[in-house]
Amino acid sequence: MRRATLILLPYLWLLALFLVPFVIVLKISLSDIELAIPPYTPTLDLSEGWKGLRDFFAGLDFENFVFLTTDDLYWKAYLSSLQIASIATLCTLLVGYPIAYGMANAPDHWRPTLMMLVILPFWTSFLIRVYSWMGILSTEGYLNQLLLSLGLISEPLTILNTPVAVYIGIVYTYLPFMILPIYSALERMDGSLLEAAEDLGCSRIKAFWLITIPLSKTGIIAGCFLVFIPTIGEFVIPSLLGGSQTLMIGKVLWEEFFNNRDWPVASAVAVVLLLILIIPIVLFQRNEQKQREAEG
Amino acid sequence: MSQTVFEPWNDPDAKPLIQFKNVTKRFGEFTAIDNQSFDIYEKEFFALLGPSGCGKTTMMRMLAGFEKPTEGTILLGGQDIAPFPPNKRAVNMMFQSYALFPHLSVWDNIAFGLKRDGKSKDEIAARVEEMLKLTRLEQFARRKPHQISGGQRQRVALARSLAKAPKLLLLDEPLGALDAKLRQATQFELMDIQEKTGTTFVIVTHDQEEAMTVASRVAVMDTGKIIQADTPQVIYEAPASRYVADFIGDVNLIDGMAEAREGGAEAASTAESETPAQFEAEIPAAETAPRAPQPNERGKWLHDKLFKYILGPREDAPKQLPPPTPEESKAAASAVQPYAIAPGGITIHWAEGQPPLIASNGDPALAGKRVTLAVRPEKLGISKDRPESANALRGKVIDIAYLGNLSTYHVELANGTMVKAQLANTRRVAQRDITWEDKVWISFRDTAGVVLGE
Repeated sequence: MRRATLILLPYLWLLALFLVPFVIVLKISLSDIELAIPPYTPTLDLSEGWKGLRDFFAGLDFENFVFLTTDDLYWKAYLSSLQIASIATLCTLLVGYPIAYGMANAPDHWRPTLMMLVILPFWTSFLIRVYSWMGILSTEGYLNQLLLSLGLISEPLTILNTPVAVYIGIVYTYLPFMILPIYSALERMDGSLLEAAEDLGCSRIKAFWLITIPLSKTGIIAGCFLVFIPTIGEFVIPSLLGGSQTLMIGKVLWEEFFNNRDWPVASAVAVVLLLILIIPIVLFQRNEQKQREAEG
Repeated sequence: MSQTVFEPWNDPDAKPLIQFKNVTKRFGEFTAIDNQSFDIYEKEFFALLGPSGCGKTTMMRMLAGFEKPTEGTILLGGQDIAPFPPNKRAVNMMFQSYALFPHLSVWDNIAFGLKRDGKSKDEIAARVEEMLKLTRLEQFARRKPHQISGGQRQRVALARSLAKAPKLLLLDEPLGALDAKLRQATQFELMDIQEKTGTTFVIVTHDQEEAMTVASRVAVMDTGKIIQADTPQVIYEAPASRYVADFIGDVNLIDGMAEAREGGAEAASTAESETPAQFEAEIPAAETAPRAPQPNERGKWLHDKLFKYILGPREDAPKQLPPPTPEESKAAASAVQPYAIAPGGITIHWAEGQPPLIASNGDPALAGKRVTLAVRPEKLGISKDRPESANALRGKVIDIAYLGNLSTYHVELANGTMVKAQLANTRRVAQRDITWEDKVWISFRDTAGVVLGE
């Protein structure tokens, strides 16, 4: 009985915090836009009894999903989001792996400090941190000032409001999510494995490719998903750093919702986004399970 | 095949495979290896034995190439190996943790080193199969390391390190993770494989029994130095120092002052007559007294003047027993035999008021110095009656450790020294005649111990 209650608890949370909101969003995505409060129709009127319920379901249709296919803005935004998320994830991996590797090989007494430095940015508001990047990357920003004073460039670089700024923002924001799983995988690794590889005729570099990389694979995969999944729906970074030509589905969603006040279409966009994300989420779960099996 | 004894270290013409020449290794201020020179010969099974932190692992890691000597050189087949990194040495190592690659199957683990050599696929497959067969792992080839038992993992590690047919195989505490039964079986397996492959093995261990079992020579180490390197028999029977005697097996150490014994055959006879005299006080001297009553001076005068004429002349010669039969004399001779003490050596005064210990194998040059007599527990006899032995000491049984096949008796000697005597349990425990608090005799021969200087 107690066990059943314990298992029930997470399911209750899931029901209250995910399933119920999702059903509401799904319902809105099947509704029609209306100038009212709330701005969609139909709404469930239980006072009319059986007829009210029938009218409610009769009013639902897939019109908004069909609409998403007619305007190329939407699928372009989805594709561009996937592309940006993929490239950003790869960049985060390239930056994060050496950091995690360095941390895992640092002397024991250094590791807690390094770990804290990685987590430290979370102590400040995410918005403020993204805003400060605007100050760094703008034409008159600190980066351009530094490069100009060093004489490396003669003209200030235009970074802000370009995709490059978006990549910088994403890599910066999601770096800890990449570092931590890779670090934990590398830290668990037995150092004598590398010595064994060397002993059996590997050079150091070869041993890294044949032993270290395969053994940190689960950490790499976990880190990539942890960066990739939230990046697809990212809204703040592209809208603050990206400028008008950066097309991301999170931004489209925001505009539909707040600028056009078209809740049904915005909800349809959100539902499709969720369907797209299910694939990497399932893959992520499978990776975690495989790792547990390997350890068990 | 002729049974020639394998001992290249005694052969001046033999060329050593490995030579340590004045090798010193320091980690910062700490000296791990202190100016050591020694040789290891081809096909040897050489054990480095010592407590943790004695430098044995450092020694091995220098051979593997993971550490470089601070001073001195290490030669492998006459060539200085210092410039060669681990992956360029014809030396392979079996790690204490086995260090099997968890993401590779048993087959791929064994093939790992061969693939690095750029051998052809068929060659690799043939060699891996051979190794699997040698270590009896054929049916586990496809499994991952976490899917096999500890003993099997140990064999995979051995197969992997042997696959490249190294000139020298290093084994770092290879059997530490196995339970006692499996360890014993594996020790014999190791010896068997070493013999089959003819590879030179260097094993690092802190388990003296393991070192004694597998090795052709054992080097006992302490704080960065090899204290003694010799065959297990010599290490055990003739340890060169107190440290070695104490480290290898169980030992009784009795401290005392050495005194030279007179040399020659006379010494033996005096020693023989001396020793019984020491326990005369305890045993009544009835045997040595004349059996018949003898007349005094006045009695003699009376006899000569008066009784002689009535009773006849008095027999002056003492009465004697009839001469012994041949059987009797033979029995007497055999009874005396174990009591024969070789001449020379030293005696050790170990306790006030106690007879000195006789060590006829002791070096007379030690006379006048403080020495330690090291005697193995199994070389001590224990009995309730005084045994006929060169050294017999009184004591009291304090403790008995029953080990199944053996029992170890902890006996307190006159001066409080505790000694251990080991006896095979030839009788069932219930019929054991020596028990706690019993007064017993501890005895050992004059050559049972080893006399060690300070």
